[in-house]
Amino acid sequence: MSSSRLNALFERCRSEDRSAVIGYLTAGDPNPELSRELLLTLAAQCDLLEIGMPFSDPMADGPVIQAASERALAAGTHIDDVFALTRDVRAAHPELGIVLMGYANVPYAMGFEQFAERAQAAGVDGVLLVDIPPEEGAICDAVLRAHQLDRILLLSPTSPDARIALAGEHGSGFIYYVSLTGITGADMGDIAEIHDKVAHIQAATEMPVCVGFGIKTAAQAAEVARFADGVVVGSHFVTTVAMADDPVAALQEAAADIATAVHQARGGDAG
Amino acid sequence: MPSQPVDFANDLKADFNADFAAQYDLEIKHAPDAGGHFGQFGGRFAAETLMQPLQEIEDAFFAAWADPAFHAERLDLLKNYVGRQTPLYHAKHLSAEAGGAQIYLKREDLNHTGAHKVNNTIGQALLARRMGKRKVIAETGAGQHGVATATVAAMFNMECAIYMGREDIRRQAPNVFRMKLLGAEVIPVDSGTATLKDAVNEALRVWVANCEDTYYIFGTAAGPHPFPLMVRQFHTVIGQEARAQCLAQAGRLPDVAVACVGGGSNAIGLLHPFYDDRDVRLVAVEAGGHGLKSGAHAASLAVGKPGILHGSLSYLLEDAEGQVQGTHSISAGLDYPGVGPELAAMLEAGRLQLDAATDDEALAALQLLTRCEGIIPALESSHAIAAGLRMAAEMTPDQIVLINLSGRGDKDMGTVFELLGDQIDGSVQDGGAA
Repeated sequence: MSSSRLNALFERCRSEDRSAVIGYLTAGDPNPELSRELLLTLAAQCDLLEIGMPFSDPMADGPVIQAASERALAAGTHIDDVFALTRDVRAAHPELGIVLMGYANVPYAMGFEQFAERAQAAGVDGVLLVDIPPEEGAICDAVLRAHQLDRILLLSPTSPDARIALAGEHGSGFIYYVSLTGITGADMGDIAEIHDKVAHIQAATEMPVCVGFGIKTAAQAAEVARFADGVVVGSHFVTTVAMADDPVAALQEAAADIATAVHQARGGDAG
Repeated sequence: MPSQPVDFANDLKADFNADFAAQYDLEIKHAPDAGGHFGQFGGRFAAETLMQPLQEIEDAFFAAWADPAFHAERLDLLKNYVGRQTPLYHAKHLSAEAGGAQIYLKREDLNHTGAHKVNNTIGQALLARRMGKRKVIAETGAGQHGVATATVAAMFNMECAIYMGREDIRRQAPNVFRMKLLGAEVIPVDSGTATLKDAVNEALRVWVANCEDTYYIFGTAAGPHPFPLMVRQFHTVIGQEARAQCLAQAGRLPDVAVACVGGGSNAIGLLHPFYDDRDVRLVAVEAGGHGLKSGAHAASLAVGKPGILHGSLSYLLEDAEGQVQGTHSISAGLDYPGVGPELAAMLEAGRLQLDAATDDEALAALQLLTRCEGIIPALESSHAIAAGLRMAAEMTPDQIVLINLSGRGDKDMGTVFELLGDQIDGSVQDGGAA
């Protein structure tokens, strides 16, 4: 079972023969105030927004998202702010898919019951916890399900068929395929290999398969959008914001570029 | 310099001592469940990209552990390269200073490279070689695990990179130089608090991207399954030897066994073989820093609460929202906010008692042991000495306190000189050395 909003979103994209546009930003980066404006800006260009929960030890993230986490925490971002920002995005975008992304210890410290309750109340559709693989799902799966929150699971180039089956069994909403064996923001892997693996996973599961980690340009986004059910861009947006004199305008432009590329990816040559 | 890897398996020493091997019990006792859980603790809280590589290490470890040839080679190296077994030393002068129980020191400081860490790096490097990996990486805090890894990498002719927090590089300069001399690349880590936990984060990130040809030699009995189990198994030689030596020398088991705890590798290695000796009290000594109430310490078991970091569920020093806190200890090797999951489970099961020693107490213990026994302990081990002395003072002369002297203090001379240099120099002048 899956949240109706995520189902509807991927259904809509399928009927339009296009990939979903998925953007990521760390909540509270560079501070909760500006982060609200940035999240709203990105949300307007996306089908689905991943909102990162800042964590002191982001082991699976590269330097860009590590720095975003450090900035957010240094600016005094608390989990209350993450939920408040999420509520504001939800209020402005009733159709948008919203996934909270982060590391296990933040919801674990709060208690999964309370975390799930608050996430649901804030309008979250799904939760992606990088360091809770299906094998450790006992600590959160039932609670998330009880609050109609999808459990988004990752697959990677190193995942053998048995793990693909495991993700199909325990995950819901969509599969997040990590396009490289590395950390967020590294260089994207070989596109033909990504295509093969995604096609393989698509054949093995009923869930949409979205691709992320390492997609930095509109051209790369378009390539992936030809076959993936969703294209995730994160580090590229975080960098854009961090480098810009006018972060909101810069993000607006970068997000529009990616969105346009994804929207047109299949129309151009595939017809 | 030889560039060909040596095939140790076909080059076992002709004098390999079957009696030496026979002293070790290879049965895996108190094993975690199939998912690596010790009670509610442990597990494999890892990113998907690491799940398959970790499974491969687990499979390789269990296959190796069941293979007599693996142990023949491992134990041969422990004997002839590391210098095991290490002595158990009845520290009579230190016992007299305590004025109570007899203190016995397990001399892990006499291992090659100067600490217990090499027991584990020998085992894991052999495993890496069995798995066909050419490169090894490791995190290090005090530098002892880094040196032990660089050492076996040099011997096995493997490429080696060590990740170390910038702050620790400053504190442990001699070990940084040793690692470089051994041919390892030492990579400074600036993220977070620039100490051990951040070095682990960085090593994990690098491993994720390179697991095809790279093996991560995890340095303590923490992290995702199978590391806590595997590191424990490689270190139980400490407690198994100490148990037999104590019986041989004193005719009885110790009343208390004491070890310092950062991540917990020397502690689990000493204490675990006494797990079923219900009359032996097992004590873990944490880094009390400026005192447990000061907030500046590294006492995860005493002050922390269960949390998830670096692949396992265990006690963790964190704030109310699950953000991992910076820690403080005079010793870089104990400066870690987490702790091995099996120690957490032993604490919860009532099989482990806690103690702590402050920076000042550790420093005083270092001086005392040095002056009365002529043994300069590592600052990490000095925490165990400090707590062991306190315990011994309240016991009777027929009782025994066994303390793991996990490493030697040479690496800490810079820190100790900064803190005590003036006093020591002064005493030389007073003695009329000039």
